[in-house]
This record gives sequence, structure tokens and C-alpha cells, in this order.
Amino acid sequence: MEDRAIFSNKLLAYLLVLPQLAVSLVFFYWPAVQAVWQSFLLQDAFGLSTEFVWFENYVALLKTPEYYHAIGVTFVFSGLVVFFSLAIGLLLAVMANHNIRGVQIYRTFLIIPYAVAPAVASVLFIFMFQPGLGMIARALQRYGIDWNPVLNGTHAMILVVIVAVWNQISYNFLFFLAGLQSIPKSVIEAAAIDGARPVRRFWTIVFPLLSPTTFFLIVINITYVFFNTLGIIDTATGGGPNGATQTLVYKVFQDGKVGADLGGSAAQSVILMIIVVILTAFQFRYVEKKVHY
Amino acid sequence: MALRHFGAAAAATIALAICASPARAVTEIQWWHAMTGGNNDVVVKLANDFNASQSDYKIVPTFKGSYADTLNAGIAAFRAGNAPGIMQVFEVGTATMMAAKGAIKPVFELMKEQGEKFDPNSYLPAITGYYSTSKGEMLSFPFNSSSMVLWVNLDALKEAGIAEPPKTWPEVFADAKKLHATHPTCGFSSSWITWGLIKQFSAWHNVPIGTKANGLDGFDTVLKFNTPLEEKLISELAELQKDKSYDYSGRTNTGEGRFTSGECPLYMTSSAFYPSVKANAKFAYTAVPMPYFPDVKDAPQNSIIGGASLWVMAGKSADEYKGIAKFFTFLSDTDRQVYLHEVSGYLPITKAAYEKTKESGFYDKNPILEVPLKELTNKPPTENSRGLRFGGMVQMRDVWSEEIEAALAGKKSAKQAMDDAVSRGNAMLRQFERTAAK
Repeated sequence: MEDRAIFSNKLLAYLLVLPQLAVSLVFFYWPAVQAVWQSFLLQDAFGLSTEFVWFENYVALLKTPEYYHAIGVTFVFSGLVVFFSLAIGLLLAVMANHNIRGVQIYRTFLIIPYAVAPAVASVLFIFMFQPGLGMIARALQRYGIDWNPVLNGTHAMILVVIVAVWNQISYNFLFFLAGLQSIPKSVIEAAAIDGARPVRRFWTIVFPLLSPTTFFLIVINITYVFFNTLGIIDTATGGGPNGATQTLVYKVFQDGKVGADLGGSAAQSVILMIIVVILTAFQFRYVEKKVHY
Repeated sequence: MALRHFGAAAAATIALAICASPARAVTEIQWWHAMTGGNNDVVVKLANDFNASQSDYKIVPTFKGSYADTLNAGIAAFRAGNAPGIMQVFEVGTATMMAAKGAIKPVFELMKEQGEKFDPNSYLPAITGYYSTSKGEMLSFPFNSSSMVLWVNLDALKEAGIAEPPKTWPEVFADAKKLHATHPTCGFSSSWITWGLIKQFSAWHNVPIGTKANGLDGFDTVLKFNTPLEEKLISELAELQKDKSYDYSGRTNTGEGRFTSGECPLYMTSSAFYPSVKANAKFAYTAVPMPYFPDVKDAPQNSIIGGASLWVMAGKSADEYKGIAKFFTFLSDTDRQVYLHEVSGYLPITKAAYEKTKESGFYDKNPILEVPLKELTNKPPTENSRGLRFGGMVQMRDVWSEEIEAALAGKKSAKQAMDDAVSRGNAMLRQFERTAAK
């Protein structure tokens, strides 16, 4: 049996969802349909000549080794960013949930990074990590670490992961904090009376009760890392060196905007869309079963 | 209340505008450009001077972001049916513009139609050649041009016991190793990696980058710069990269500060770096021509340009074209070219302006500004050194950079990297040829 809100007037119900539907149609379905159409075309930059080529763009794409490399890079990058931004966000939320002096100030400051645009965040970190000029880069070099993100792919990956995580922590922090505050005190106190220590209380009571929040954040973070990190990568590394930080979405941008190959770029975004749909469906099908509402 | 006042003010303004409008309407011409800082001021001044010099046309300059952003904005505007009259496009985008036959108005055609005095021979061939067809018809109007030079920190050379700046690549390699003792993080470095190590390098040694005169004679060109000479350069640099005698500074010019800060005593980059060096270097410096391999028969040949040119977009009114033609005549004026050259550090585009600057003794005081001109005019350009025109170059240079990075990081041999750069580039050329041929 499903719970169902009762609307005596069906028309009202449709009217209420209409604005949301309209927005989705105009800003999601319409561009998505256009992308699918564009992916079957071969065009010059100015759109002066157009040729319908069926699946040629897809076939060409699946023949380039760089595309598979980008898939690998995307999964490594998103795995690292999602894990660290959730873990650190949760840690900070747990700390800020204590009654300590000036807790409001800490909370406010922890939210600020979210207000920084991704590209700007990248610039801030470049200042610190630029070899030869950046403070942190110089400190690393002093300790004998040859920090060089312009030529070393691993270093470049670490750099973009740090920026992306830093940019996303605030969002996760905010939701975890709200989640923590909605957990009834009495449950935790009961556990404490039963003799459970803080760490045990966290893993057996708090963490399971947070699972709806965690699940929601995993879905949102994966979408973030797949799409919104474009600005970070463009500013920090430009996908380099040698494609080490070229994710799928960055390749869509590179081929479409820089290479003016709209067909190939559209084919990539269609595949990217399918990947994200499958990932999200998978999460709702399997991961959500472990969530306690 | 505020609204009512606003309404009244608006009505008054409209009334005034109607009464005050002259018998002849002023034709506005949009000029999209990518110039920042001091060069942005130059653009604005040029527009203002032109607007003040006559009353029929008004040039309206608009800054559109980086070179690539400006090109993208122009393409998007054209697709939406409202392209600007004049668009500044960097040299890398030349083939893209050229291939867009229905989107552009060739400059030579424009000048002929509008009856403006226009002699292609009065321009420096090393510069206009880049923007002309193989028949010598000028397609776009050169605006800001530079070439590549080797910047030298003279104090650091003295400290390392090096008598004079290096002239050849073997000397650069040897000096970089010596400088490593005093500059452990970077003996030698370079910016604009593909421009310097592939494009300039090939022209300077009179070897082709691709067939069909580097693509100038047709889009069915095939890349062939994966030669033993190119591999020798890349593998030497990869070897030096191991102990940072050479240290990579990225694809664009973001690493240029490493020269002015004193970190890298030898630095190969654009001659347009001059104003920054002058303002920031706290040591004795100079700029010398790019190095060459002395065992190559024709080296040094002549260098090629970088920078940007002005493209006229198609589908504008006759009035607008008249104004644009007059503006180009205005820009070609000798005194104006001399002024632009001296204030911006970019190269003059007419022979007369070069001669006049030379006679005025300007180069005796600023010898560095003449180095790129000497490089460009070192020998009459050949098929290999007139320029290059490869479709999809905006992205292809990233692909080439990726391969150079792989070689420098030791992930691929120089030969493998250059073979891959050529084969990936050729795939892009074939796709471009297919969409452009119609």
C-alpha cells in the first residue's frame, strides 16, 4: 500500500506540478533532445554545412583511446572527491554539533567555501600550489617532494581533487549538520545510559539514522563531480598534463567549445547522460535498500 | 514617485534624441576583441581617434574575454544571426575563419569593392603572408603581431661563467646544464610550447610541418613534423627535464613570471613579453633570436608570427563595409603604425612604419624590439616558413601539447610522442576537411 495525498480535484494537482514540469521541459528535456539530434550531425564551426551521419560520431568516439582514458580518469576523480568531501563534511558536522564556545561562528565559516565559484577556487589554490611561486609548493619542495602538477599527472590529479573537495565540503557539512540535529537526543542518551561510548554511539546509532542524508548526498555529490567540476579543471590544469585530469565532462567541453566539433561533443554528452542515469538508477535500486527512513 | 520621474526623464530623452538626430545617421560598427590591460587602452584609443576623425561611422570596441572566448562568442553570434562587423581572431583560429566562406568577407575584396587605396605590397610579407591565400590575397587584416625570442638573464650568465648568450640549440643545452648549478629548479624553460617547439622550430629550420605548404595550399594537408630533427629537440629537452636543467612551464604563457622572478635564466617566449620584463626584471637582460641546429643547411630561415588579425564578417550593410574599409586605411597609416609599435611592443605591419621607426633611432635605444623583426625578415619566406594553416588548430595545439608533455614526463619516447601527435592531428585534419570542403 502506498501513502497517497488526497486531492479531490485532479485539475488542482496538475496545476501544482505544472510549473516544475515546464521548467524541466524547457531546461532539461528540450536541450537533451537537441543534444541527441546534434550527435547524429557533422557540422563545421559556423554551422554552414550540415551532414546527417547516423552513428558515425559515436563510432569515431569509441575508437579513440583517449576517450577510454577519460572514462578511467572520471571514475578515479569522482571516487576520490565523493569519498573525501563526504568524510570531511561529516567529520566537521559532528564536531560543530557539540556545544562549544563560538559554535555559530565556526558553522558560518565552514559554509563560506560553497559561495566561492569553482573557477575562483581553482585560482586560489593555484596561488598556493604553483611550483616555484606558491607557498605550499615551496614548502613541499623544501621537504624534498618534487611537486610539479604541470608535468606530473598524479600531482595534477591531487590538485584538482583538493580544490573540488574543498569546494563541496560546505554543502555536505550543512546537510550532515541538519541531519545530526534532527536525531532525537533521547535515543543517544539511552545508548549512553546503556554504557555505549561516543565512538560506538556514533557508528551504531547516529550513522544509521543519518543514512537518508548520506544517501541523498552521495547522489548529489556524484552529479556534482560529473558535471560541476568543469570550471575547476579548466582553471587548474586544463585537463593536462597529457590528459591526466581530462574527465568526461571536460572532454565534452574541449571537443565542443575548443575543437568546435559539436557532433562529437554531443555524442559524448549523450553517453555521459546515459552513464549518470545508470549510476543514479543503480543507487536507487540497490543502495537505497540500506537506508533507514 | 521615482518611477514617475524616470518616465518623465525617459520621455524627455526620447524627445531630445528625435530633435537632435542629425540628417545623416551614424553607422555603428561592432568590434569584438580580446585585448587586456595596456593593449585594451590602445584599442579604445584607436576607436576614439577614428570616431573623432570623421562623423559618418562609429567603431564600438567590446572586450569579449580570451582569444578563444572571443572566437567562440563570434561563432555563437554568427549562428544566432548577429555577428559583429569586425572580430579579432588569434592566429591559431585562422584556418577556422578561412574555411567559413559564407561567414567572412575577405579584406582584399572589401577594400576593392569600397575603392579604398590598398596595396598589399606595402605590408611586411612575413606578417601578411600568414593571413593571405597562396595567391597573395589578404583575407584578414593583421592587427597585433609578435614573434618568438629567447630571453636571457645576463647577470645569471655571468655568474655561471658563460661569456655570451647562446645562439644554437647545442649551446642552449650546454648553458642550461651549467646554469643548473646556480639555478637548480630551472636552467632553461619556454612558453607557448607548440608555437615554439613545433611551429617556430620548423619555420626557423626551413622544414615543413605539413604538406601543401603547411596547409596554405589546401585543406587536404597531411602533417609530417615527426622528423629526426624534431625528435632530437624533444628528446634532448626530455633528457634535461630529468634534473630540471630544462623545466616545463605549461602550455600557455602562465610560466613567464619564472623569467622575471629570476628563477629561469633562459626563457623562450613571445617578443610581446617585453613590457612585463621591462617593468619587473631586477637584473640585466636581453632578448636574442631563437636558437637553431647549426647542422641544418638552411637554418636559421625566418620566424613566423603569433598574435591576431581582424576579420570582417559577412552579411553586413554596405554602409558598415564602407566604414570598416575606412577604418583599415586609418590603421595602416604610417605614423599610427609607428605609434602602435612603440607603445604596445607589437610589430609594425607596414614596411614604411618599420623603416620610419628604424630611421628615428628607436631601435638604438630599444634593440630588443627589433629582434623579432630581424627574425621575421631574416630571409625571404619559403613554403615552410610563410605560415601555416591547419583546421582545428585551436584544439590541435592542445593535442600536440599533451604528446610533448608525455615525452617530457618520460612516459613516451620522443619519437613515439611525435608520431602520435602527427597521427592524432591528421585525424582532426580529415574531419575538418570533410566539414569545410562544402
